[in-house]
Amino acid sequence: MTDLTLRDLSSRLGRVAALKAAAKERILILDGSWGVMFQKKKLTEADYRAERFANFDGQMKGNNDILCLTRPDLVAELHDAYFSAGADISETNTFSGTTIAQADYRLGEQDVWDINLEGARIGRQVADRWNAENPDRPKFIAGSIGPLNVMLSMSSDVNDPGARKVTFDQVYQAYRQQVDALYQGGVDLFLIETITDTLNCKAAIKAILDWRDEGHEELPIWISGTITDRSGRTLSGQTAEAFWNSIKHAKPFAVGFNCALGADLMRPHIAEMARIADTLVAAYPNAGLPNAMGEYDEEPHETGHALHEWAKDGLVNILGGCCGTTPDHIRHVADEVRGVAPRAIPERPKAMRLAGLEPFELA
Amino acid sequence: MRPVFVNIGERTNVTGSAKFKKLIVEGNFSEALSVARQQVEAGAQVIDVNMDEGLLDSEQAMITFLNLMAAEPDIARVPVMIDSSKWEVIEAGLKCVQGKAIVNSISMKEGEAKFIEQAKLCLRYGAAVVVMAFDEVGQADTAARKIEICTKAYDILVNKVGFPPEDIIFDPNIFAVATGIEEHDNYAVDFIEGTREIKARCPHARISGGVSNVSFSFRGNEPVRRAIHSVFLYHAINAGMDMGIVNAGDLPVYDDIDPVLREAVEDVILNRPQRTNVSNTERLVDMAPGYKGEKGAAQQVNLAWREGTVGERITHALVNGVTEFIEADTEEARLAAERPLHVIEGPLMDGMNVVGDLFGAGKMFLPQVVKSARVMKQAVAWLMPFMEAEKEGQERKAAGKVLMATVKGDVHDIGKNIVGVVLQCNNYEVVDLGVMVPADRILEEARKHEVDMIGLSGLITPSLDEMVFVAAEMERQGFDIPLLIGGATTSRTHTAVKIEPAYRRGPTTYVVDASRAVGVVSSLLSETDKDRVVADTRAEYVKVREQYARGQTVKARTAIGEARKRRFAIDWKDYTPPRPLFTGTRVFEPSLAELEPFIDWSPFFASWELIGRYPQILEDDVVGEAARDLYRDARAMLDKVIAEKWFGAKGVIGFWPAQAVEDDVVLFSDETRTVEIARLHTLRQQMDKGAGKANLALADFVAPVGGPADYVGGFAVTAGHGEDEIVKTFKDAGDDYSAIMASALADRLAEAFAEWLHYKARVELWGYAAEEGFDADALIGEKYVGIRPAPGYPAQPDHTEKGTLFRLLGAEAATGMALTESFAMSPGAAVSGLYFSHPQSHYFGVGKIDFDQVEDYARRKGWDLATTERWLSPILNYDPHARARGEAA
Repeated sequence: MTDLTLRDLSSRLGRVAALKAAAKERILILDGSWGVMFQKKKLTEADYRAERFANFDGQMKGNNDILCLTRPDLVAELHDAYFSAGADISETNTFSGTTIAQADYRLGEQDVWDINLEGARIGRQVADRWNAENPDRPKFIAGSIGPLNVMLSMSSDVNDPGARKVTFDQVYQAYRQQVDALYQGGVDLFLIETITDTLNCKAAIKAILDWRDEGHEELPIWISGTITDRSGRTLSGQTAEAFWNSIKHAKPFAVGFNCALGADLMRPHIAEMARIADTLVAAYPNAGLPNAMGEYDEEPHETGHALHEWAKDGLVNILGGCCGTTPDHIRHVADEVRGVAPRAIPERPKAMRLAGLEPFELA
Repeated sequence: MRPVFVNIGERTNVTGSAKFKKLIVEGNFSEALSVARQQVEAGAQVIDVNMDEGLLDSEQAMITFLNLMAAEPDIARVPVMIDSSKWEVIEAGLKCVQGKAIVNSISMKEGEAKFIEQAKLCLRYGAAVVVMAFDEVGQADTAARKIEICTKAYDILVNKVGFPPEDIIFDPNIFAVATGIEEHDNYAVDFIEGTREIKARCPHARISGGVSNVSFSFRGNEPVRRAIHSVFLYHAINAGMDMGIVNAGDLPVYDDIDPVLREAVEDVILNRPQRTNVSNTERLVDMAPGYKGEKGAAQQVNLAWREGTVGERITHALVNGVTEFIEADTEEARLAAERPLHVIEGPLMDGMNVVGDLFGAGKMFLPQVVKSARVMKQAVAWLMPFMEAEKEGQERKAAGKVLMATVKGDVHDIGKNIVGVVLQCNNYEVVDLGVMVPADRILEEARKHEVDMIGLSGLITPSLDEMVFVAAEMERQGFDIPLLIGGATTSRTHTAVKIEPAYRRGPTTYVVDASRAVGVVSSLLSETDKDRVVADTRAEYVKVREQYARGQTVKARTAIGEARKRRFAIDWKDYTPPRPLFTGTRVFEPSLAELEPFIDWSPFFASWELIGRYPQILEDDVVGEAARDLYRDARAMLDKVIAEKWFGAKGVIGFWPAQAVEDDVVLFSDETRTVEIARLHTLRQQMDKGAGKANLALADFVAPVGGPADYVGGFAVTAGHGEDEIVKTFKDAGDDYSAIMASALADRLAEAFAEWLHYKARVELWGYAAEEGFDADALIGEKYVGIRPAPGYPAQPDHTEKGTLFRLLGAEAATGMALTESFAMSPGAAVSGLYFSHPQSHYFGVGKIDFDQVEDYARRKGWDLATTERWLSPILNYDPHARARGEAA
């Protein structure tokens, strides 16, 4: 047993060390959906605006990230609920916290900066409180870096397949600001998630690595792609293995998939990742596929059962939930995988492994 | 390990392709994209994109082209090599690719600091990198300089930058030779030697180069340039070159180059001492005009190769498939060797290794390899009496022993034989049990011969079940050796879903074609690779099963009653079906000469794993050479087959009054249409086809009871009488090439017979298309009225219907053909089927069917459910075992 008390949870590097140590010992649990939980609160436009954005043009309702600034109490409550349910890691409420994604709500650079900074601070405070009370079961805050509504690999104009709405440099800048703010607010790791376009993700990776070069601490990077449908490909067309080959240079702490699919349909892609990735494998599927009303019907015990199978078969190191999952789902998952050994990280022979939409290996 | 060489397409390179440059300069990007697409379709594994052209804004051109390429999934599936001498262009390119690309190139020419900076950026964008052997002093020309710069760069990249060594590719510079400047004479040798040493000193790194540079002084003389490229690559690949920017489709096989030219080229490339008072360069320059534009030059019989050492001669004979001198050469080698065995282990295996390497590198093709085997066998046959006389009893140590068999009920073995030959060429001992081999005999022989693995082959669908049975028997009897699965109807999915789960003790692997066989067998026998390969395959099959299971749940079927309502509705009211000349049967025995014009050659090439349409395949960039040689040999043998009547062709045709009853077709004894003599059962499509599309069954093409008087025809033909004897004669003489050729020709003649008879039926016997002209291409394209579907094929997947057909035709008595228990026809070179005459009749696939139709079909056939499900197992839309369990519970 690693003596966790030796790790100073009040220092960031101490927490990073504790995170890595914990991942060796057990399957770590991530939190679940935030969107569905906010929905349940039946918030009004006024909740979203508070004083700060009272006079903003256009609708603000639906911009969940802004709640970091306008309803910090709710955000803190959710972190707390997920930690209580057994999550080891909770994500900041900053999924759309880039200047590009927030341009839809006409938020300026400073507002976006504040969302990330405050989002990270709220998470930090909740986690610190848990860690003070229970240092042998440390809690961590992952800075959520979500996808953009614009893609670098896909055309923005049906009549011009070469057209792009943004450049790599613009995407890079947006992510870089988010990374810096999340860091200042106190996150323990970065989670680039729900990746629909690997080139966007590569811009985020470069942003983190360049930022690190400026003398910042080496925080773990967790990269989570999204296989969008039964085609088994990302939205930008890559297979799981091509995706891994394309982002492996980030030397991620963990890699895997989330969103779009429920556990049953996601399993083969996670199994594939488990086979090829020489790092931790993480998965947080949706609670099944949405019904005709756009709601998720999968019961907590069903999710728990499915993910227990994955754990038992040695496919995963980190588990959690995405759309439609609740603290109850996470509690079931945490209970089901308790005591199941984490996946052993495989060693793969060195070989040049390239990728287009498909992988290419020069053996 | 076989060398694996990656060809990097150079046609999307403005410096390498004048055509592409013109398109880009003119801004014709859509046409430029099709150049990229052609390259990928032609097999390019990586696409090099280069926009370095003075007339262009190279950076913008790179961005535009890569963004456009990203929108084309059939191009974007392969990785890109971003090629520029300008860093800004490279970085702009890196910002456009989501995959892992290769940067070509960076170097130390502007000093170490710049090099490190660019390498770090490559790493940050997640790209592999080509490093040119270039430093501040200049481009490395000698081997020593190449080694010095590359090892230094390697050290910096791996130890200072943290670059993964497996992502480093060195380009040690290929320079032109034969320029007339003496200092240039050693350039190719410098590259080759440099390559060898760099590979040794820089673990995991790769070597690449722009090949066309080497022949620069011969520009304008493409045949000579291609010969130079081929010879250069031959030596460079052996030294460890992994990839190159080269138009590989254009290259002649090293050993097919006219020996005089090849020797002169080799003297230049290897900078050998000059042979006469003229220098190597002058000799090649003098010779070159003679080859300009003459593709046939290489074809002249030239015996210059006879001047080499005995080892060289043996290798040449093996690579070129020349048997003429092999006994004399083998004898010469035997006299020089201590023991006859040493000739096999020495020069003969050396030669076969060359064959194996060329094959592995895609420079030789199957027919050529099979010819090599013929030479090898002849040499070994020559040595046998001497080895027996030695009486030392020491057997030659084979690399491994493989048992091969076509499973019970199946007679097809061309593919299996080819695999056997290829394995023998690679020093594996093959125990071939032939065709129709039951499981217990396969396993008994496997034990007796102590084989290292078992390979099963089959062509018809019932063989799939038999393979599952063999696998289950292996499990039950405690085998744990690898099981290989191959043959036309087998697949990775079937192997993963059905066969592998039946045999858990040992590994099961699907082998897609003969060219993969050696790789699979050697890895399964390798002490170092085996565990990994087995584990990878198992994991892969788990994935395949999962994908299959997912695919299973989503296929909605239409209920059979509903599907029948959606039958293919022919309007019979104003239609009078044509009446055949006769009803009952007639026997035909055409001469082979009559059948010859009806041969479709494309499948013939496919049976040798040369893929392409005849006659275009003869001019194909990649396989054209091999295809031409194969075709020449085939025509020569066919002339003999016809003149000497090697095979007997016999066939029978029949027509019967017929009316459809639901999904069956009832055949009557005569025009009174009162006495039923047989009932043909057909199967109906149940897929959800959407509005306005019919759910077809063959019965739809026949007028129903109550409609106009209609007819159905049937036929069974073979051109395989005598084939076994001919094949055996060749095999006994060690000539597998001719044996396989004879089988392949018999198959083609049987198909031609079917085509001939169908033509005769249309224009004469059934006569509904009397005005149809004869045009072989139109026949092959099936551009005629009426169809001839065969039981066991997509329109009627039930093989047992052949039993009814054979009975009606009296086929056994009339043609000497028989059916096996799996309803394969014997002799194997045979075709049978039904004839339908209606102008709207057409081929289709039944697809998967549901339990309701299976129950109905069982009732119509008078079978129990289990029997029905067994024969229809390839097309069931559900798991019959699960169904049976559900019923029991």
